[in-house]
Amino acid sequence: MAQLHRVRLTVNGREYEREVEPRMTLVDFLRHELGLTGTHVGCEHGVCGACTIIKNGQAVRACLMLAVQADGAELRTVEGLAGADGLHPVQQAFIEKHGLQCGFCTPGFLMSTVELLEGTTSPGEEQIREAIGGNICRCTGYQSILESVELAAQKMRAGQGS
Amino acid sequence: MKPAPFDYYAPESLADAIALLAKFDDEGVEAKILAGGQSLMPMLSLRVARPEVLVDLRKLAELHYIRDEGDTIAIGSMTSKRAAEESALIRERQPLFHDATMNIGHLPIRAHGTVGGSFAHADPAAEYPAAAIALDMQMKAVGPDGARVIGARDFFVTYLTTDLAATEVLTEVRMPVLAPGTGWSFREISRRKGDFALAGAAVLLSLAGGRISDSRVVVFAVNATAVRLPAAEQVLRGQAPGEALFREAGLAGAAEIEEPIADVHASADFRRHLVSVVVARGLAEAQSRARG
Ligand SMILES: Cc1cc2nc3c(=O)[nH]c(=O)nc-3n(C[C@H](O)[C@H](O)[C@H](O)COP(=O)(O)OP(=O)(O)OC[C@H]3O[C@@H](n4cnc5c(N)ncnc54)[C@H](O)[C@@H]3O)c2cc1C
Repeated sequence: MAQLHRVRLTVNGREYEREVEPRMTLVDFLRHELGLTGTHVGCEHGVCGACTIIKNGQAVRACLMLAVQADGAELRTVEGLAGADGLHPVQQAFIEKHGLQCGFCTPGFLMSTVELLEGTTSPGEEQIREAIGGNICRCTGYQSILESVELAAQKMRAGQGS
Repeated sequence: MKPAPFDYYAPESLADAIALLAKFDDEGVEAKILAGGQSLMPMLSLRVARPEVLVDLRKLAELHYIRDEGDTIAIGSMTSKRAAEESALIRERQPLFHDATMNIGHLPIRAHGTVGGSFAHADPAAEYPAAAIALDMQMKAVGPDGARVIGARDFFVTYLTTDLAATEVLTEVRMPVLAPGTGWSFREISRRKGDFALAGAAVLLSLAGGRISDSRVVVFAVNATAVRLPAAEQVLRGQAPGEALFREAGLAGAAEIEEPIADVHASADFRRHLVSVVVARGLAEAQSRARG
């Protein structure tokens, strides 16, 4: 077995430290080492987007990165979205607009959407398509996902106003 | 689908990285550079690549920059493609490179994939090699024997193969800013946006007195490397721009391509057809942006 490496990082504001083999991908690290199974493993070669998380403020694929590459990083996963006062507006919008059916791709869509809407709460349709274009959904046909993102943007605008 | 075991190093400086690569090369150990991992990680997971050692360049802050050098823009190889796409300098002064960037994969791929990684990986369907040949870009590499600069024409050798030695690190790519008045276009045809191109074109066009004084036509995703199409450029020279001329140039360019790639996504004939279409569209777009 290859030499173990120490990985220290924060996920959703909490610090973690583990010793791992260099070949462990970040998504396996989240799920198997930290027990954070909200991030899903789909294609394992970067095509489907199910494993999308936010690393240092940007949406990235957790399957296309080694855990050792994320040493020192600040990560956000789907587990960090809901707060004490309930679901995140993006989660709420996906429920209201039927932005999911089986739910397998949903964590990835949510994280891509959160990154987009934290940058702007008034995205154009092109911008929305660009932000979620790397995520694949086999159930919804995407239309309801687009509507979910638009509703989420509305909710976040309203939240800023209050 | 998990990578096979390997040892991992994350050197703190370029000098340390090169020393490590040289040491493994001497010992006959297969070491690979890891940049953003957006091509290498899938290859490791599919076990298409099974290096014994990975040398991760992520700590080399010295390779993260986009620099305005007057007539030239220099990009450090570890700069992310997302940083390149967000650079106002690149968008305003070399829009062809900006448009090439916007055609690469999806946002999360561009966030973690590096500029240098796309040059070093040299995928036949990649956008940057076409931009590099269209713009006569220069690649700077540093190895145990020092630094050298490689022109785009010599840099891309064949499928997934560049002129870089196993002990060399690509440190910088350099491009001229767009000359005033020059029209440009970067377009591709793919089944869905973000997919690898079936055929794409990078085009530059200059006008003088209502006629085409100079042009550059480069296509990608149809041969082992991006290729320039002199026959298309020949058709354009000295002519008054127009749709019929652009179609003729597209057909001439398509005809001169030797053995287009044929795969499950498109046959050789279909790719040749797509070249004629994408070149004609690119020329029309470039003309609309040209002055003179
Ligand atoms: C879903 C998906 C879609 C994609 N779509 C596109 C697309 O449309 N167009 C496109 O062009 N690409 C696409 N890519 C590939 C992506 O752009 C990669 O980021 C890029 O090809 C490699 O850059 P990287 O930094 O990730 O390099 P890595 O994956 O880390 O490395 C790639 C190769 O280059 C070598 N290397 C990297 N950096 C250096 C260096 N500085 N010096 C020497 N050698 C080096 C490595 O050893 C390795 O062999 C896609 C990838 C995915 C997963």
